[in-house]
Amino acid sequence: MHATSIARPPLKTPLYDWHLAHGGRLIEFGGWLMPVQYTSIIEEHRATRSAVGLTDISHMGRLRFEGPGAAVFLAELLTRRVADMVLNQIRYSLVTNDQGGILDDVLVGYYHNAYGQPFYMVVVNASNHAKIKTWVERHLPPERAERPGEEILFSDVSRLWAMLAIQGPRSVDLLQPLVDVDLTSMKYYKGAQVRILHPGAQRQGGIISRTGYTGEDGFELSIGSDVAPAIWAALLEAGKSLGAVPVGLGARDTLRLEAGMPLYGHELAEEIDPFEAGLEFAAHLTGYDFPGRDALVRLGQQPRRRTRVGLELPGRRIARQGAVIFHGQEAVGAVTSGTFAPTLQKSIAMGYVRPELSAPGTELSIDVRGRVEPARVVQLPFYRRLSKGS
Amino acid sequence: MTPANIRYTKTHEWVRVESNATGAKIATVGITAFALQALTDLVFIGLPEVGRAVKAGEPFGEVESVKAVSDLYSPVDGQVVEVNAAVADDLEHLVRDPYGFGWFVKIAVSDESGLGQLLDEAAYQKQCEEELSE
Repeated sequence: MHATSIARPPLKTPLYDWHLAHGGRLIEFGGWLMPVQYTSIIEEHRATRSAVGLTDISHMGRLRFEGPGAAVFLAELLTRRVADMVLNQIRYSLVTNDQGGILDDVLVGYYHNAYGQPFYMVVVNASNHAKIKTWVERHLPPERAERPGEEILFSDVSRLWAMLAIQGPRSVDLLQPLVDVDLTSMKYYKGAQVRILHPGAQRQGGIISRTGYTGEDGFELSIGSDVAPAIWAALLEAGKSLGAVPVGLGARDTLRLEAGMPLYGHELAEEIDPFEAGLEFAAHLTGYDFPGRDALVRLGQQPRRRTRVGLELPGRRIARQGAVIFHGQEAVGAVTSGTFAPTLQKSIAMGYVRPELSAPGTELSIDVRGRVEPARVVQLPFYRRLSKGS
Repeated sequence: MTPANIRYTKTHEWVRVESNATGAKIATVGITAFALQALTDLVFIGLPEVGRAVKAGEPFGEVESVKAVSDLYSPVDGQVVEVNAAVADDLEHLVRDPYGFGWFVKIAVSDESGLGQLLDEAAYQKQCEEELSE
């Protein structure tokens, strides 16, 4: 990873002081000072799988679109259908450039405000926040935003709202007392506008969604930046008996890797298209015309150059980003992420290989710091939770 | 608890030099509690084979955690005469007892001139405090 060309001091989330005071080891990530861990990555990972973990994800960019033209504007910007979304629905989507390369992966949610007016919230990666904002502004000149009857109001609300991830099998138990909607009946990839039922929230509202980046059941909660420290502390206090712990970005990474979820800057990049990444489900090519659609129609008819795969190594050494993947003596790809999976107790990695070598069971090898280690292609995800009800 | 008469490298290895029965200088090497505390989440220790020649300041093995992988640097010139095979299989025990159970290698020292450059307890503690305040 490389630094941005203009040196700017890293940003602090509303929970920065809490992290510092509670042993958070802070690193710079996507332009923000974020805790990579509080205790141990493995302990925080296990707490999320067995109980519930809380992560400050206020570094995520939140872009809000409202007005009668918002639905069509987003349908013409994102790879996924937007115009047919129902109230409180959330979809995973990509933003592609004109060549079909991935600019970002995002969640788009459709909500109504307190006056019943619709708006969309697009959650973007911190590392791509500035890039996507510029991309939006490029496609939203005043003559488009002010077209009579199709007005679009675009605002970046990232700094106004803190965002917390509450992930793990006990997340409903932890969150239910805090909000005024029934969480047990909320489906995966649905959300709701809620009232926060804690005195520290000062009667403010928030947005909650049953989404996450860990492979567990869980929620993401947006609340006002000013009340976030009180709510965060209240959740951790209330969660003590459930085994709730704060979880840093280190465990967030091992959790998403076990779940086989791609991360921008690793599995996703502008040089990679949705077919290669195994995300063609998120590219809807027959609806609205978005940047990259024509290129994707062409790419979809061509043989792929490479395919994202899961890899398992029998040893304990970790194949990290950039490690070269071999088939026999021939270099056939590279690792994009790797870790020692805390739940599976195995060295796992994701990477790109030539498509003919992507079938599970294919025996490959990886140059891990000068020593070649055997590796086998396995089905993604590496880890799937035992589903319980929803 | 750190035992007496050990010295440290700037790269967080500890070393204890003792004379064996034949009078040869043997250096026992491991990594410090401070280093283990900073790394957390160890997954793998890679150690050399017996007989390997090592040079002061050059890598002789690796220690890998979930976060990152780091080289282990030899504090002395010499030859590896013993390797602690048990430590690689019990990383939790290593973390509990880095200066006892957790030794990595014993090195027959071939050149004692470099020993004077190693840090004593006070100098090493000072370096650790500086790293923490960065």
